[in-house]
Amino acid sequence: MYTFSNRLKIGSIILMAIGLLGIGIGFVAVPSTAAEAKAMVAAHDDGHGESHADDASHGATADHSASEGHGASHDEHLLHQLQNRPWAALYVAAFFFFMISLGVLAFYGIQRAAQAGWSPLLFRVMEGITAYLVPGGIIVFAILLLSTLHMNHLFTWMDADVVAEDELLQNKAGYLNTTFFLIRAAVFLGGWILYREISRKLSIAQDKSDDDSNFKKNFRWSVGFLVFYLVSESIMSWDWIMSVDPHWFSTLFGWYIFASMIVSGVTVIAMVTIYLKTKGYLPDVNDSHIHDLAKFMFGFSIFWTYLWFAQFMLIWYANIPEEVTYFVTRIEDYNLPFFGMVVMNFVFPLLLLMNSDYKRVNWFVIMAGIVILAGHYLDVFNMIMPATVGDQWYIGLPEIGAVLFFAGAFMFWVFRALTHAPLQPTRNPFIEESRHFHY
Amino acid sequence: MADTIIHAYYDDDDVLMHAVKRVKAKKLHIEEVYCPFPVHGLDKAMGLEPTRIAITSFMYGCLGLTVAIVMMKFIMIDDWPMDIGGKPSFSYIENMPAFVPVMFELTVFFAAHLMVITFYLRSRLWPFKEAENPDPRTTDDHFIMEIEVHNNEDELKDLLLDTGAVELNIIKNNH
Repeated sequence: MYTFSNRLKIGSIILMAIGLLGIGIGFVAVPSTAAEAKAMVAAHDDGHGESHADDASHGATADHSASEGHGASHDEHLLHQLQNRPWAALYVAAFFFFMISLGVLAFYGIQRAAQAGWSPLLFRVMEGITAYLVPGGIIVFAILLLSTLHMNHLFTWMDADVVAEDELLQNKAGYLNTTFFLIRAAVFLGGWILYREISRKLSIAQDKSDDDSNFKKNFRWSVGFLVFYLVSESIMSWDWIMSVDPHWFSTLFGWYIFASMIVSGVTVIAMVTIYLKTKGYLPDVNDSHIHDLAKFMFGFSIFWTYLWFAQFMLIWYANIPEEVTYFVTRIEDYNLPFFGMVVMNFVFPLLLLMNSDYKRVNWFVIMAGIVILAGHYLDVFNMIMPATVGDQWYIGLPEIGAVLFFAGAFMFWVFRALTHAPLQPTRNPFIEESRHFHY
Repeated sequence: MADTIIHAYYDDDDVLMHAVKRVKAKKLHIEEVYCPFPVHGLDKAMGLEPTRIAITSFMYGCLGLTVAIVMMKFIMIDDWPMDIGGKPSFSYIENMPAFVPVMFELTVFFAAHLMVITFYLRSRLWPFKEAENPDPRTTDDHFIMEIEVHNNEDELKDLLLDTGAVELNIIKNNH
């Protein structure tokens, strides 16, 4: 049995405390009036350069200082962006850590459905990580609920005034309305958590039973879950992420989010496994298991890049205004994070993990994993921020605070869940194969 | 080459693996093992050096990438400038996304084909080449372990029979 070491526990609580402080400062520092917002940006402009003066959506239409009315609405818009910033920072980090555990759940479901022989030794690690689905899912749901209650302006389509002037949004209202949105979120979260709890129960029961019936039931539940997940994950990505840009759409968006999710998930499995192994747990996990996880990290990083580029190239090639605006804002206002994440998520793992031997060197896998996780945080950042805070982004206290808080909560919950059951399953029918797994 | 070599026949890959390990444990040199199919882990048991084909594959991939970059530059920008996606910039860097699929495909194409050709050259294989395996049964259901004899014929025979060889064949080389 694993015991949650005090150092790790205190470390995660400290992370949460510092994070909470950062989030709190972010919310307090928000301007409450348009004039205040204008003054904040003006004070900031020395460092930031031209910033919003040539903002694509406003500068292109007219010289905004020319008419009094337009100038006022611009300041109002700026106020909303600044007010959104702590919310968006919170949402990005909350979703990112939730996404890790959902990615692990999908990976776990695939291992179960494929009856993989190499991975059963890692099942308890995966089950520990998916335990975070419950708190993580509740937090994400709470943020979405607060958005529907107009506590923030993350989703412009929730604003009745905006919809009243927007024919496209009126046509989408049958799908994009707050009631249906919350129902979908609740159904998806409920389904994922239900599968996680059932599979975990069957997995534990299998250790104590004297036949394979629990294992077979787990197989059936996993196949069912994968079908549900395939549809629900795609719709979730439209609802929770794509709809922050309610005019824009991409047909492979669900896959794109899935790629981010699964590569982050596999990376965290590898990191937790290596951590537990260095602490003397998981004695039967050998280099070949780490090698296989690193292969998945490498492969899914390439897969992510493939989807990232496929989405970009088609839109770039067709050059339709309503589509390219998505990439124009990212390349103009988010140049460094946008291209930086491609380096972190593609070039770095490509070069670092290509060599077969490096995939077995634990500290190499950890280093690559840290860069991959940071890269995929930036990926989520790039998906949410342009539509919510525009060019007023910055990775400062609210962003870092939110990441630290959720990192601490994630660690606390995951390692607490790992103490609940023996770290190595004993009666899984493939456990011997997994023990002797050898590349 | 020694005057005498011994061919030990096996009819199971697990038995063969154990035999190889026992022969290596006696510090004897195994010339070659002929198999009807690849046996996982045999190269490590025989103490063969790891393959270097992965390194050639990487170099061929880089070559393919370079060829694609230069080729697309010449075809689409220099020789006959093309208006790509309604953006007549005629600049390589601005049209680069359109060439990425070509770069990817040629990288894979060069790496795969040149790697196969390298493998054939290195194994001295070409069309209509006479087969080198000593017994056609090694293409069906038998494995042969080939060991040179250096005045230890009886000892070697005992050892090989003990490891489960189903047949021994001693070949004298009379130049």
